[in-house]
Amino acid sequence: MPALAGRLTTGFVEFRTGRAQTARTVREDRVMTVDVLAPPVGTARMIAAGAPDHARHLATFGPVPRSVTGADLVNALQDSGLTGRGGAAFPSWRKIAAVSALPARDKARRRPVVVVGNAAEGEPLSAKDATLLRMAPHLVLDGLLVVAAAVHADRLFLYAPHSVLPSVASAVAERTDAGRIELRPSADRFVAGEASAVVSTLSGRRAVPRDTTERLTLSGLGGNPTLLHNVETLAQIALIVRFGAGWFRLLGTADEPGTRLVTVSAGLHTNQVATGVPGRVLEIAGGTRLRDILKFTGNDLSAFSAVLVGGYHGAWVPSTAFDLRLDRADLRGFGASPGAGVVLGLEAARCPLPVAAAIVTYLANESAGQCGPCVNGLPALADALRRLARGERTPGPTADLAAEAARLASVVSGRGACHHPDGTAGFVLSTLTVFSADVAAHLTGHCGKDHS
Amino acid sequence: MSNRAEPVRPAALLHIDWTACDGRALCTEILPDLLTRDEWGYPLALGYGSNVPVPARMLPAADDAVALCPRLALSLVRPD
Repeated sequence: MPALAGRLTTGFVEFRTGRAQTARTVREDRVMTVDVLAPPVGTARMIAAGAPDHARHLATFGPVPRSVTGADLVNALQDSGLTGRGGAAFPSWRKIAAVSALPARDKARRRPVVVVGNAAEGEPLSAKDATLLRMAPHLVLDGLLVVAAAVHADRLFLYAPHSVLPSVASAVAERTDAGRIELRPSADRFVAGEASAVVSTLSGRRAVPRDTTERLTLSGLGGNPTLLHNVETLAQIALIVRFGAGWFRLLGTADEPGTRLVTVSAGLHTNQVATGVPGRVLEIAGGTRLRDILKFTGNDLSAFSAVLVGGYHGAWVPSTAFDLRLDRADLRGFGASPGAGVVLGLEAARCPLPVAAAIVTYLANESAGQCGPCVNGLPALADALRRLARGERTPGPTADLAAEAARLASVVSGRGACHHPDGTAGFVLSTLTVFSADVAAHLTGHCGKDHS
Repeated sequence: MSNRAEPVRPAALLHIDWTACDGRALCTEILPDLLTRDEWGYPLALGYGSNVPVPARMLPAADDAVALCPRLALSLVRPD
């Protein structure tokens, strides 16, 4: 796809859209009468405006439709195939359908409906939500307002890190329709973005997940129906209601329609796990091949032995499989999925085991400390990986250290209020599988790679 | 969620609230065929995580486990 490469090499920060000539001044109170502008072409969609201000936003995208009904929104999103961009890839229409069906089902005692835009990006390797809020805050606000109108929401929140709230506040101040949005700072921890943890924070409690037996769309903040969408999901919604599901599907694959934001980085040292390394945020067509994603970011493919896809709860894909697409179908064999769009290159000379051990140590420290299997199991997993990475060969009470790590991974899986133990276990199993040669080298004492 | 064959039509799911459970293990004594203990003492039904299918014959015992859990960490979710 040469055209695609051409767009992408312009990158996120220095992109040019060639659309500035369509700029026109639009007054807030007259937006309904303005023609809908032509949709963006190429993969620069969410980033097409090129500047975060409201005038440029309106000049680029035109006004957002003011009153999309719940049914119309659900239909459009169902046709678009949009999935949640926070990582879980839940079909976006289903949550909205669940909430918009509530008043009809239970008119007699209608409860207040809450809508939350979630930008709590706890994953150190991810920067796309913060970048989106800095570069295109009005698309996110549009999406939040559209969803809120469709489900007749009573309260609207935007939950984002302290560092980006000023950008969001400036954007809110630039328009007349966003004053009801309550801006709330997100907690700075790995699990802060988990949906029930977001609800806990908004309730004034600790930013930790809670046990949920009912979906948040039935019982969330204050027991009221609560709809959480990742901010990129909201930006995509803001485009789909303008330009349609058919336009959305012009890019991407059947499995991964539209575009998505990714954060691409490389060269993670063991002492950088908690902070991540600076990455580049790109908007790419869904299902772009891994090798192209690496090339677009100026990386030499032969420099990497593998990429970590999906972040610290993700899975490794070895260089022999760089032809795979960043979509669920292609990545399934490796237990990976696009997740929140994190791609980390692992340099060929670097041993993956110290990096993996540092990641699992970090994840163990990031446990909210509530659930026994996570509190006990993740440190045990981290310990097994650290010993393996150090080259300890003495088996523990069971078989070898790798087998012990695999056993612990299966013991903790599924046993928590959130998916933190599952995600950690999946990462460990992926490490042991994809890097079985490195594991064998450590168990026999012959690893010659860089262990920094 | 599991590689194991599901029991034919579980009568209910035994939900474990891990934020409440602290491994007192009464449930594992009341439901020895359903739950074992992991190495830290927490109830374990390998492959089933937080929602363990309960066959009909174990329902009375599962009700007891729910009622007797000192941490109120268990609930039975019956199909609608």
